[in-house]
Amino acid sequence: MNNLEKYISKSIQSVPPSGIRKFFDIVSEMKDALSLGVGEPDFVTPWNIREMGIYSIEEGHTHYTSNFGLLELRKEISRYLKDRFDLDYPNYRDQILVTVGASEAIDIALRSIVNPGDEVLIPEPCFVSYKPCVIFAGGVPVEIETKPENDFKLRAEDILPRISSRTKAIILSYPNNPTGAIMTKDDLKEIVDVLKDKDIIVISDEIYAELTYEGSHVSIANFPEMKEKTIVINGFSKAFAMTGWRLGFVAANEVFIKAMAKVHQYIIMSAPTFSQYAAIEALKNGLSEVEKMREEYNRRRRYMVSRFNKMGLECFEPKGAFYVFPSIKSTGLPSEEFAERLLYEQKVAVVPGTAFGRSGEGFIRCSYAYSIETIKQALDRIEKFVMNIKSQGVSRQIRENNMVVEK
Amino acid sequence: MNVEIKVLEILEQNPKLSAQEIAVMLGEDKKKIEEIIKKLEQDKVIVKYHTIVNWERTEKEVVEAIVEVKVTPQRGFGYDAIAKRIYKFPEVKAVYLLSGDYDLHVVVEGKSMKDIAQFVGSKLAPLEYVLSTATHFIMKKYKDAGVILEDGERDDREVITP
Repeated sequence: MNNLEKYISKSIQSVPPSGIRKFFDIVSEMKDALSLGVGEPDFVTPWNIREMGIYSIEEGHTHYTSNFGLLELRKEISRYLKDRFDLDYPNYRDQILVTVGASEAIDIALRSIVNPGDEVLIPEPCFVSYKPCVIFAGGVPVEIETKPENDFKLRAEDILPRISSRTKAIILSYPNNPTGAIMTKDDLKEIVDVLKDKDIIVISDEIYAELTYEGSHVSIANFPEMKEKTIVINGFSKAFAMTGWRLGFVAANEVFIKAMAKVHQYIIMSAPTFSQYAAIEALKNGLSEVEKMREEYNRRRRYMVSRFNKMGLECFEPKGAFYVFPSIKSTGLPSEEFAERLLYEQKVAVVPGTAFGRSGEGFIRCSYAYSIETIKQALDRIEKFVMNIKSQGVSRQIRENNMVVEK
Repeated sequence: MNVEIKVLEILEQNPKLSAQEIAVMLGEDKKKIEEIIKKLEQDKVIVKYHTIVNWERTEKEVVEAIVEVKVTPQRGFGYDAIAKRIYKFPEVKAVYLLSGDYDLHVVVEGKSMKDIAQFVGSKLAPLEYVLSTATHFIMKKYKDAGVILEDGERDDREVITP
């Protein structure tokens, strides 16, 4: 250990660095490598939204906004949540807080409710930030494994044994990254029945809500018995292809918003002003673009799922987000080895499922936020790789059998 | 949106996709998509499968010009007859009837500026009912048929967040 590292806090030390970044540094230096690795839209932010960002700077809107965000934006968010997801936060002055991306929202939500030692339930596989954020807040992450045979949905029977007297919160994230799983109203009802009488707060990360391909997105906050106990997190990154603008929001009861605003105002002050103006335009006039992007993602999703199934990598049908999560168990390779060999042998980068928690073993995450041409080419290469692995497996078996005969 | 429109949207973006691939992308039956494409071709909804080439990147010398043409409409035929006379020339790539300062917007292609000047001077301008022409040479194309021809935007997305 380097001498200076002893000064680093235990909680920071306990979080391992992301091993994936190193893996993908190789990709950026590799010639002709194709990547299915990124978790952000390939579309550029629609022009009317970009234009409004530029215009707001031209107009001289270069100062802080209210800590909570521009009032007009909060009003639009309130209207949007009602119109799109039937979520009622009419008192937008006190029930909505504009944040620097959904990432900040997750952090301040956890920091405003977690006491040292409190447990936070996290269904796995999950977005890589949840566990570190819980640890940074002084909490203890408790994993709940979700299973491919349940389409990676969270089941009541999975939650019950993980609840203890120290359980403070649960993070729900549907549509899910990396699996693409969604929860229907019936699925959620089962969870609501478990949680409604318990003192457990739900942090509901709904950043992929607009990218729901079948049926419409349902939030656990749609259930009246859960509304008060749920902190809804959403943002502009995925739906409006606005990742670089760093703009998200939280909708919750005044009490939670007040607490989160404390952290937010002392650490962040306020979200970027030009991004907020752009976001107003996004909510007012951007939904038709969202619809177009969703349609395009949906086409790629179907194509990708069908190709994986055809090449013998069993792939349940993700109903949301922009990832597919095929099983690679039939190749006999563990996730990381699969990803590494695929990269070196066929120059295709995918993310090993284990990056999203232990229950991701045996899976890889492939993003379809790429042009259909790239997807097609990458899948051709993956298919070749899988065929090679399988034929090697068969020839090894034949060799082994022959040896048995010779004996 | 009906399936025909969806098929057209996909093909407009990428005519190289097979009926099978489009069927998968739309969650439809392959046969149905094949029939739709066949019908769209027969009905001349799909007129042609076109490739957008950035000739500036090749050795081939191509010059294009936009010619503003003022004409006298003919009794009984309006602008159609004169437009037809003009679009039959192989040098003419596109003809649009416009509202405004002039009537026909004619896109002409040739090997050199001289070529185009000759075509306009000797064939287009002397046509009966053509009152005047104004020729504008295209210096550079930035975007054509909805496609940005320059080196576009590089995919600079990081691989995983965070």
